Amino acid sequence: MFGLGKKDTTVFVVVIILALCAPFILNPFPGNSSLAQFNAGYPDLMQRFVIFGIFAIGFNLLFGLTGYLSFGHAAFLGAGSYAAVWMFKLLSMNVIPAILLSMIVAGLFAVVIGYVSLRRSGIYFSILTLAFAQMSYNLAYSVLTPITNGETGLQITLDDPRILGASATADGGIPVTNLFGLEMRHFTTVDIAGWSFNFSVGYYLCAVIMILAFYVAVRIFRSPFGMMLRAIKSNQQRLYYTGLNARPYTLAVFVISGMYAGLAGGLLASMDPLAGPERMQWTASGEVVLMTILGGAGTLIGPVLGAGFIKYFENIFSKINDGVLHGWFSFLPDGLENVVITLLHPFVGKGWHLTLGLMFMLVVIFLPGGLVEGGQRIAKALRRGRTEDNGAARKASHEPAE
Amino acid sequence: MDAIILQILNGLDKGSAYALIALGLTLIFGTLGVVNFAHGALFMIGAFCAVTLNRILTLSHQVVDESRKDFLGNPLKVDVPYVNDWFGEAAGATIIDWSVPLAILFSIPVMIAIGVIMERGLIKHFYRRPHADQILVTFGLAIVLQEIIKYFYGANPIPTPAPDVFRGSFDFGVLLGFDPNVIIYPYWRLVYFAFAALIVGAVFAFLQFTTFGMVVRAGMADRETVGLLGINIDRRFTIMFGLAAAVAGLAGVMYAPINSPNYHMGMDFLVLSFVVVVVGGMGSLPGAVLAGFVLGVLESFASMNEIKSILPGIDQIIIYLVAIIILLTRPRGLMGRKGVMED
Repeated sequence: MFGLGKKDTTVFVVVIILALCAPFILNPFPGNSSLAQFNAGYPDLMQRFVIFGIFAIGFNLLFGLTGYLSFGHAAFLGAGSYAAVWMFKLLSMNVIPAILLSMIVAGLFAVVIGYVSLRRSGIYFSILTLAFAQMSYNLAYSVLTPITNGETGLQITLDDPRILGASATADGGIPVTNLFGLEMRHFTTVDIAGWSFNFSVGYYLCAVIMILAFYVAVRIFRSPFGMMLRAIKSNQQRLYYTGLNARPYTLAVFVISGMYAGLAGGLLASMDPLAGPERMQWTASGEVVLMTILGGAGTLIGPVLGAGFIKYFENIFSKINDGVLHGWFSFLPDGLENVVITLLHPFVGKGWHLTLGLMFMLVVIFLPGGLVEGGQRIAKALRRGRTEDNGAARKASHEPAE
Repeated sequence: MDAIILQILNGLDKGSAYALIALGLTLIFGTLGVVNFAHGALFMIGAFCAVTLNRILTLSHQVVDESRKDFLGNPLKVDVPYVNDWFGEAAGATIIDWSVPLAILFSIPVMIAIGVIMERGLIKHFYRRPHADQILVTFGLAIVLQEIIKYFYGANPIPTPAPDVFRGSFDFGVLLGFDPNVIIYPYWRLVYFAFAALIVGAVFAFLQFTTFGMVVRAGMADRETVGLLGINIDRRFTIMFGLAAAVAGLAGVMYAPINSPNYHMGMDFLVLSFVVVVVGGMGSLPGAVLAGFVLGVLESFASMNEIKSILPGIDQIIIYLVAIIILLTRPRGLMGRKGVMED
């Protein structure tokens, strides 16, 4: 289907279902239950899930396929955000031109940075991209203030020209971002027996774009171009000996990956029209690295899972405080309850970064393939258990010849 | 002329910090071939060693002081540090005042222990893995160390003063024949520079003039052959890792009075130190030190108003700009060796 193999089609369909049903999946607990705080089904957070999913998919195209570890990808995210906000200021509040421009700007930016950085590989490439991103961040903070509005961040105001739209709404307010009249922040809440599900216009726009982005990524993974990129990862030297120049391929994928980041930045700005320099800081670049590795670099669905996982952690896990812990462990005797809570306290709430760091280390040490590899190992263990019951003959017929 | 000298001096203390961190990074890279993203965290832990010692020394108990009354006429309770009880009032006050220099002695064993535990417990398992994995796992470790410090010491910077003697500024210009008050320079920064020079000298002397250092240098050149000669090179490299951690820690201890320690200071320095290492040349110890000082001084030159008026914002990006130019024109850095990290 859609020119995909059988396995890819399955993954693609899973992603579509996950993305479209997210308001249900992320809202598993009824609104009045004690677990309701673990619901992540509100529009703002769901938008972040898919937007950072796009960012991570793009990063994975570069790192997962070619092995070039960029520590400066946030620069493209930031550039995309600024471009989108400028489009809202100058043209109109429609998100389509903003998103297109953010991709173009990030792409151009990536051509320049990539052309220079890709002359080196390994750690040098990481440092070069890091240096470029930090330069952009520092410049956005200081000299480029006329374009970026410095520390305050770029915002839309009432006296922006907006040639194709209105500077202000009829009642004198700042207009909101929309898609041909559909307001991004508009959402309807459906109450079904204690659950309340939010369906947001902004989220579904992001989800549809994420599905498209995912589809393109799958096609790149399976194309001859993707094969070439894998060849670069496994042995660039040998590629040179066969008379192929790897540079155009790496540059192409670097630009594509930068455009994904720009798209994510543009979407972030479309959901909430402001852009600040902190989006370009190297910690933001580090975050996308964490997402991709945690989910599984080089796999299709890994980055999406990783992005969702980290954003969920950041927003939900960080809300667990001592009160909640007391609620959970109230069944224990008092003394033991306090001991358990004292032990857990550093890891939850404000300490969620610690848990994340530990988890990241464990993944890098034991599961280089990320959560996806973990899932595959479990599946394999289960399958082995089953085939042992059914006899070896069936197992042999199941394994395709590689 | 005076402005130039002033900027060179201003660049030296930051340059010293860069040089020390880059030296440690290069030691680890040159011996073990590991790219250590947790090195900034070691610098930060060093600074918090100073904070910790200061807190230990100022541990106090309350004593009722009959001679002083509060506004109700009740005798006032005064905190008296234990060191005052043990060594007498004057000596106790001096010890507390000198807590930062004393922290040097305190931090060396702590940092070596942390370094050795890190190498034996974690890094050891990553020698055969790709560089990207090493970067990632040490990056994770840096986050963990940073969060542990944040948990115990909070997120706010903790002021850690230098001893009173060094608090003033030194009129450097008078020595060189300029008018007074033209080139003044805080004493502590001078101390920091001298200290950094001392450490750098000590590390080089250790590698150059001791048998242990000779073996380590041989191991850096050809690990396998040294191993075949029946020398336990792994153990020596572990000790070198501890030493590199100690160098980073000492840089942090002495930096505490210049910049109040906070939990993310390591990351801020780490990014720049990596740039310094790459500019100096991966695996070259003199290159790392040279690049550290050069970039520190360049950074302070770029923040001169005369230069900023011609090239606005140059002070923010000069280090990265230099790094990019160096990497593109001299791919091995200023003094890089052939064949290091070129695959």
